[in-house]
Amino acid sequence: MRYHSPTDFASASALAAGASGVTRFLSGGTDVLVQMRAGMVLPDDLIDLKKIPGVSDITQTAGGGWRIGVAVPGIVLGAHEGLKADWPGVVEGMNLVGSTQVQGRATLTGNLCNGSPAADSVPGLVAAGAVVEITGPTGVRTVAVEAIPAGPGKTTLAKGELISAIVLPARGDNAGDAYLRFIPRTEMDIAVVGCAVSLRLSGDTITEARVALGAVAPTVLLVSAAADAIIGTTLDDAALDALAAAASAAANPITDKRGTKEFRVEIAGVLAKRAAKIAFARAKGETA
Amino acid sequence: MTKVHVTTTVNGDTVEFLADPRETLLDCLRDHMGLTGSKEGCGTGDCGACSVELDGTLVCSCLVLGVEAEGKTVSTIEGMANGSELHPLQRKFIEHAALQCGFCTPGILVAARKLLEVNPDPTEEETRYWLAGNLCRCTGYDKIIRAVLDAAAEMRQEVA
Ligand SMILES: Cc1cc2nc3c(=O)[nH]c(=O)nc-3n(C[C@H](O)[C@H](O)[C@H](O)COP(=O)(O)OP(=O)(O)OC[C@H]3O[C@@H](n4cnc5c(N)ncnc54)[C@H](O)[C@@H]3O)c2cc1C
Ligand code: FES
Ligand code: FES
Repeated sequence: MRYHSPTDFASASALAAGASGVTRFLSGGTDVLVQMRAGMVLPDDLIDLKKIPGVSDITQTAGGGWRIGVAVPGIVLGAHEGLKADWPGVVEGMNLVGSTQVQGRATLTGNLCNGSPAADSVPGLVAAGAVVEITGPTGVRTVAVEAIPAGPGKTTLAKGELISAIVLPARGDNAGDAYLRFIPRTEMDIAVVGCAVSLRLSGDTITEARVALGAVAPTVLLVSAAADAIIGTTLDDAALDALAAAASAAANPITDKRGTKEFRVEIAGVLAKRAAKIAFARAKGETA
Repeated sequence: MTKVHVTTTVNGDTVEFLADPRETLLDCLRDHMGLTGSKEGCGTGDCGACSVELDGTLVCSCLVLGVEAEGKTVSTIEGMANGSELHPLQRKFIEHAALQCGFCTPGILVAARKLLEVNPDPTEEETRYWLAGNLCRCTGYDKIIRAVLDAAAEMRQEVA
């Protein structure tokens, strides 16, 4: 295995574009090293991104959003008051990943690019309308987070392409988001279902919403029917029931040792209701 | 396989070693530096027996490559006692019998030290969550939690 530590994204991209064997990028390494250890993935070229200037930074964009470096670990996100105030749902999704030790390394970018359908930070990013900046052999392009996963362990990134930053939009007023997952334990487990909701209010009426589901399909789902079920409502019981029905209808899960298909379909609706209530309360400024 | 020359600071001392780039920091600590206090329980980030601090952040050394330690600061269990004087956490673990086989103990001590640094007065729940990535097959955890909370109380009084 060749270990590379380029100091800019163009060089990282060129290394990946020119590599002929198995290639991996190294952010926090909490997926890559586990896969190496298990013999599942033995990279010929490992491209460490942590020597690239700026990858460990969280900066505010000109428009009031947030630009998050590809090597920012969960523990740093969780300690960032400004980011937490704007996007608590995004931060709580990432902070559910692994233990204190894993939080010291694991990144949003790695969570997204590892391609697990159950990745805990991805529904929050999708609900938030986050985009990724991609550096590739032909330059830089920007795409929505939901366009990256292509199925378990797969992404839509082309050879030589890598993510150079994650960008969250400006939060704006009267808005809130939340992420919830179901696991059989309290800690250290993989989501059976995950759901994120982001919404905006005018008075008590929802004017904008995005609902994303994890672990109920080969990729994260952005469920517009679920958002439509609550837009224009005050999140009354009828709206919550319509939301749950739309989330359950969109879920297309498998049965495995963590949960049956039927259970996941049901829980998708339950979590959507609960996450929407939390996002609503946050938008009202009633809870942190 | 070309080996990579790595210079790093471990428990305050400058250390140099040659690492196969596939070797983890845990492998390098144990096999190249003779620091066998950090244990390998799983090698996949699940058990915490390999816990160390890397530039002040608590990590699993089995999930860090040795080459990633270049230019960084590592603290391990070997740096915890001050000569023959045990750290309050180490003393409290003995007093409370918070270990049996001891395999998980170095990792738990390193993780608990970090907890008390960032939160000198943790609740039992905060302590249990912080240590959720440290598995123990012997004690049932209760004595570990008691030892950590007792050490925290003692350390707070010392400062006050
Ligand atoms: C004990 C343990 C518990 C865990 N618990 C959870 C959990 O509860 N929920 C959860 O979702 N995950 C969990 N994980 C999985 C893992 O921690 C997360 O997926 C983490 O966010 C991965 O981030 P990383 O920076 O460590 O990724 P890395 O391991 O560095 O990289 C992961 C993948 O992303 C690619 N990649 C990295 N950076 C880029 C880039 N800039 N551009 C393109 N591709 C890139 C790599 O090539 C690799 O394929 C757990 C892991 C462990 C070891
Ligand atoms: S050996 Fe590193 S977590 Fe188990
Ligand atoms: S004392 Fe044996 S594993 Fe904890």
